[in-house]
Amino acid sequence: MNFFERLSKLDRRWVYLILAGVVVITVLMKFSTPIRINPEVRAIYDFVESRKAGSYLHLAVDYDPGSQAEMHPMTYAIMEQALAKDIKIIMTALSPNGPGMAEQAMLNIMDSVRLHTGKEVVYGRDICFLGYKPYPGIVILSMGQNYRISFPSDYYNTPTDSLPMMQGIVNYSNVDGIVLITGTSGVDYWIAYANGRYNAPLAVGLTGVMAADYYPYLKSGQIFGLMGGMLGAAEYETLAGRPARAMEAMRVQVWAHMVIIIFILVGNIGFLASRRRGGAR
Amino acid sequence: MKKEIPLLIVFVSGLFMAVQFFVPHASSEFIYEFVMEWSIIIGIFALALGIWSLVRVSVNKIRRRSENWPYAIVILAGLAAMMVFALAWGGLESYMFRSFFNYVMIPLHATMFSLLAFFIASAAFRAFRARTALATVLLISALVLMLRFNPYLGPLGGPEAGLAQWVLNVPNLAAKRAIIIGIGLGMVATSLKVILGIERTYMGSD
Amino acid sequence: MKRYVIVFSAIMLLLTAVGWGQDTAGVAAAAPGGSPPEPPKNVRAFDTPYDNGHSITLTWESSASDTAGSLFLGYRILRSDTPDGPFVDRGLVPAGATTKDDKGVKEKEEDGYFPRNHDFYYKVAAVTAVGETESPVVGPVQGVGQWYNRGKTPVAVAVVIFTGLTLYFIVRAKRGAVLYIRPLAGIDAVDEAIGRATEMGKPILYVLGLGTAADIATIASFTILGRVAKKVADYKTSLIVPCYDPIVMIIAQETVKTGYYNAGKPEAYNQDSIYFLTNQQFAYVGGVNGIMLRDRPATNFYLGKFYAESLMLAETGTVAGSIQIAGTDEVTQIPFFVVACDYTLIGEELYAASAYLGREPVLLGTLKAQDYAKALIIACAIIGVLAASFGWTWFVQQFHVGN
Repeated sequence: MNFFERLSKLDRRWVYLILAGVVVITVLMKFSTPIRINPEVRAIYDFVESRKAGSYLHLAVDYDPGSQAEMHPMTYAIMEQALAKDIKIIMTALSPNGPGMAEQAMLNIMDSVRLHTGKEVVYGRDICFLGYKPYPGIVILSMGQNYRISFPSDYYNTPTDSLPMMQGIVNYSNVDGIVLITGTSGVDYWIAYANGRYNAPLAVGLTGVMAADYYPYLKSGQIFGLMGGMLGAAEYETLAGRPARAMEAMRVQVWAHMVIIIFILVGNIGFLASRRRGGAR
Repeated sequence: MKKEIPLLIVFVSGLFMAVQFFVPHASSEFIYEFVMEWSIIIGIFALALGIWSLVRVSVNKIRRRSENWPYAIVILAGLAAMMVFALAWGGLESYMFRSFFNYVMIPLHATMFSLLAFFIASAAFRAFRARTALATVLLISALVLMLRFNPYLGPLGGPEAGLAQWVLNVPNLAAKRAIIIGIGLGMVATSLKVILGIERTYMGSD
Repeated sequence: MKRYVIVFSAIMLLLTAVGWGQDTAGVAAAAPGGSPPEPPKNVRAFDTPYDNGHSITLTWESSASDTAGSLFLGYRILRSDTPDGPFVDRGLVPAGATTKDDKGVKEKEEDGYFPRNHDFYYKVAAVTAVGETESPVVGPVQGVGQWYNRGKTPVAVAVVIFTGLTLYFIVRAKRGAVLYIRPLAGIDAVDEAIGRATEMGKPILYVLGLGTAADIATIASFTILGRVAKKVADYKTSLIVPCYDPIVMIIAQETVKTGYYNAGKPEAYNQDSIYFLTNQQFAYVGGVNGIMLRDRPATNFYLGKFYAESLMLAETGTVAGSIQIAGTDEVTQIPFFVVACDYTLIGEELYAASAYLGREPVLLGTLKAQDYAKALIIACAIIGVLAASFGWTWFVQQFHVGN
């Protein structure tokens, strides 16, 4: 096998090893990457920023631990922004491991807000977590009628009616909007039911892989904002003035992309050169 | 009757849910909410059946000393441990349950998802080859889209960003919309087949 | 003395002027806001259209006092059961608004209960910092539930057209008409893939995906599983079906059992080969990858709903040396399967697979109906583009779907 054929048929383990090495090095080195803000991310930031104190936001935390690297920064940034503006947050989690993610985010942000601003965020008054129920399509439809159909009590088994912030809050028409952070295709249910059937303003934060496919919904107006993957989270952190995990992860992502591009080019050089030589395909 | 009754149930419920979409009256809403509540309850009971299946298969593997039977012990031990922590050791808020969730489950899930990066690299290395004209177009589109967020290979918002945005907004959007329209029609057709009893494999009969 | 009187008078005059200016300013400022605002005009109350009957819509023309920069606060909605009151506050809408839906819940025991078929009387009050001025009482008006939402008529028409097309082609197919459908490489490869597994003496792995039994992709996958099971029973190949959802597992067991019965080999059916693995996404893919690397199946089928794990499954299958046939309606995962699998069924091709495999007239008929419906959509899209270009908004408006 000549050099170009070897290049074309490089063992995948070399690819894994070099990629792992680059990721480790960029995690250990500290430098920042410049970020451009896209209008679809700014739309979400501006929406939350324009809400008045005392208004309501439904934050749907529908992702599992596997996606938390991309999704947690979005959740944290939005919650911090909303709580700083005294916007009340209703949280739900419709993926099986979502409750763990949602509760972790809620408790961490409540502590963080208290530490950085001195403001006391009170559960039940400023924020509540309704929990998880299976079959997301059915739950999303039922919340459009009344939150209490699927969530007669919250995650901690407190009756929903006894939570001070849920007084007078019946369904989507009583909240200013829904921000969905998800790595599953449950987003289709939210678009079809929450926005399509009940006209609730909806913005989404998705994994990088999914984001490209939801631009049609942005263009058609079914969602008013879109955050895509780690980059979307980094843009939001930049807008909120709180660079954190996503900004750190961006430098790793940029260099990992470059390594993959180099491998693609290397593979094509090997392929084209060996084809030109009449080598084995 | 063993076949006819389920078909009748499917037909009536399918027809009702289809008609209910057009009927805003409170009476139809009432039945709709009733159905949704019971769907959730049935789903939860089905989970018990699934767990029973897993336990039975694992116990059989251990009993017969089938290949890789020690892994079946790991499955049963993990299942039992989490159930004990949740039911008898202080509930979902207990220290042990939360620790296993935060320090075992979450890292395992995150690790599995992170393997995707390596698989993407090896798949891209293997598949993005300029074999044909169309494959070359795919290769160039992939490179343009990956480069658009790269701050080192040009000014942000430069020509490559415009090209990438065009690829996303025009050919990508057009193709996705066409696939979505086809899927929508296919869904309607399959639902119609199920409601009319043409599609019956879910019942276990041909 | 005279000087002191002049200075004192000047100071008094100055103070008086300032005080007068303040009074004047207060009076001047109070004149627009100090007098009560003008009431809103032409207040109308009517049953909210196309709803469940627990809502009434109010519309009005803005008050003359509702101007930019004024102290106008908004409009208060007042409701009573009788024209003479007492009127209850139903909420305040901001300045500039000209409509409000007064609605509530349908459960009598809940707070916020809004009765249907009950006479209500309304007033709309213009509100400023100084006071409120109410409109005349309008009513009686009742909330009435409608039995048909006219806003969804375009959807109803589309459903009727498509159902009509489907029934027409089914009847034609039953009468023996030959319906052409284009070949699909992925479907044609199913038999070859099963044959390969039989020759190699290795099992077939069939993954139904992460969907529930209510997902159309999973239902389509059951159909293919039934046919694969029949062939597998004929060839005496082993079949492994790890399931993500318990209900899917139950249906898959019934489907495979029926396949074995139809092949005349009921005794060969092994229920333990179709089992529930887990309903955690990455735990499931870890389990399936383990099966692939240990059992080295000759053929992998990935047919159903897949998410981020699709590439992980397909790449592991490549490492294991399996031939792979995939099909999903998840648009985000199709590219991964196309890249990593030997054959991929894209979107609706998965739903069409049952018609391809069985070639039954009824199923082929529904396939033709889909094709004609697509042609109709393309025609509407072309007409729509022309209509939008020439400003024929009437055509586009026919496709608007209400709540």
